[in-house]
Amino acid sequence: MLSVQVDKQLGAFRLEAAMEVGDRSVMVLVGESGSGKTTLLRLLAGLTHPDHGRIEVDGVRWFDGGAGVSMPAMERAVGYVAQDYALFPHLSAAENVAFGLRAQGMATSTIHSLVAVALDRLGIGTLAPRRPLELSGGQQQRVAIARAIVLEPRLLLLDEPLSALDVQTRRAIRAELRRLLAELPCTTLYVTHSPAEALAFGERITVLEGGRITQSGTREDLMRHPRSSYVAEFLGVNLFRGTLSIDVVDVRAQIALPQGVLTITDGSQGEISAVVHPREITLALERPAGTARNVFAGTIEELVPEPPSGELVRVSLKTNPPLIAEVTRQAVDDLGLKPGMQVFASFKAAGIIVAQ
Amino acid sequence: MQAFVLAAAVVLVAFLALPFVALLLRVSPMQLVARLGERVVLDALLLSLVTSAAATATVVVLGIPVAYLLATRDFFGKRVVEVLIDLPMVLPPTVAGFALLMAFGRSGLAGRSLSALGVTIPFTTAAVVIAQVFMAVPFLVGPARAGFAGVDRRLLDAAATLRASESFTFFRVMLPLAIPSIIAGIAMSCARALGEFGATITFAGNLPGTTQTMPLAVYIALQSDLDTAVVLSVLLLIMSFGLLLGLRSAPAGWFWNRANAQRPGR
Repeated sequence: MLSVQVDKQLGAFRLEAAMEVGDRSVMVLVGESGSGKTTLLRLLAGLTHPDHGRIEVDGVRWFDGGAGVSMPAMERAVGYVAQDYALFPHLSAAENVAFGLRAQGMATSTIHSLVAVALDRLGIGTLAPRRPLELSGGQQQRVAIARAIVLEPRLLLLDEPLSALDVQTRRAIRAELRRLLAELPCTTLYVTHSPAEALAFGERITVLEGGRITQSGTREDLMRHPRSSYVAEFLGVNLFRGTLSIDVVDVRAQIALPQGVLTITDGSQGEISAVVHPREITLALERPAGTARNVFAGTIEELVPEPPSGELVRVSLKTNPPLIAEVTRQAVDDLGLKPGMQVFASFKAAGIIVAQ
Repeated sequence: MQAFVLAAAVVLVAFLALPFVALLLRVSPMQLVARLGERVVLDALLLSLVTSAAATATVVVLGIPVAYLLATRDFFGKRVVEVLIDLPMVLPPTVAGFALLMAFGRSGLAGRSLSALGVTIPFTTAAVVIAQVFMAVPFLVGPARAGFAGVDRRLLDAAATLRASESFTFFRVMLPLAIPSIIAGIAMSCARALGEFGATITFAGNLPGTTQTMPLAVYIALQSDLDTAVVLSVLLLIMSFGLLLGLRSAPAGWFWNRANAQRPGR
């Protein structure tokens, strides 16, 4: 359980953030670069201190401006995986993982077994004697995560853990990382700027814009009721997960969803995520006869004007799978759209972005 | 452009190498070995080795913590401390020796109290070491500080979040990563101590066997016995060259491998 309420002035930039993250859950923190994500992580890690506020993890006060409590980084039960991993270049993978244990003066035999377990857990047991420079990006990332979790942190901070990896590696590691985070008995804060990652990792998502939290809630909340145009742009997307295959008859790529089949233009095969932006979705009262490859029928659940001006309206549809479309207010008036109405949602195969 | 660079390089290398070659040509290896046993040569050689080793050790013990402080902390008067440490590098060594005499001489600022305690420094072997330390300090502190400052801040942050104390981080991260710079600094300061002349002759005098190091012996021999001067000069040249070349090409990996080696449990 993380409870934080801090503010920090850094030159002209001001970070003001308050949030709570439930015990053992994963909170995804999204925001553009310069929105204060990394600053917030550094405050939590104790690498810099807030001007005012309070940080509490599992009932332990890490910082309390009012009470003059300011626990240094080395006393906090925190795990921090930086964006570039910050592995010690002169130490082997095993010694990198052992670093924090040695710092606590643990017995060598205990260190050996803990390091071995941590490396195996990340599937890199055989890489133990290698230096960081002899490891691939994905392997380095695993070492960095092993190094953080071997200390059994109460709070795990992951700063864009997948962003330094190539597309192939990212795909492979993402599923693994999700499983690992679910197993870990700690509260996790996961920073990303990728919508696919945010949706994949976070039951709950917090959005940071210009040093302030503009929205925090469940994935569905944010998709349906984005409170700013940034959130709408970032998370107001339709996400599909399924298996990609190529139709041998007419060479169409298809995504097999639990609810049906999605046709797309290209992509490799296997487990994938696909994203369709709501603006790609067209609504009609009759089944469309046009070129759109993907058509879903269903009733309108809700109409929400999109901030800031409300010129655009987000339409939640009870299709299978549920979709969110973004149409103009003019279109809503012309078609007379209202909740409960039966409509057809369609989008072109080219409107689908396949996320790694 | 390329031709000019090449020409400049050739001229400079030739200019630096020519005097040394001229010196080396003055004496055959046989002669060198034969004269090594001479009292004057042997005394000076031994004294130089002992004093510059002692001076280098002192510089390392005092200089590395200061270099670390300068690289990692900001404090009031830091600029003044920086300049103070660099000053011996640009000051004429005779001025430095004279200043040392004013400080540690029998009637000097600190010397008065010392002689009251029965401690006399000037014109002793200790004075030679003090003069060498004074002149050699900046040659270690500069590179060592640059080495510490060059360690990626993100690694220090990582160490802090891995719950390492500052001293643990110093020995496990800072020192191993700065070691190439520190070794270069040790080589430079040791060579500087070995070659020290002006401050030594002013502060420690020129007593054979006690304060007459090799550079001093060369100076004296030049006025009487040119062959001895040549032998001593060639010895100094070989030692300095070997020192700089040897320590500079020491691979950092040697230290890193040790850092990876298993350590006994506490």
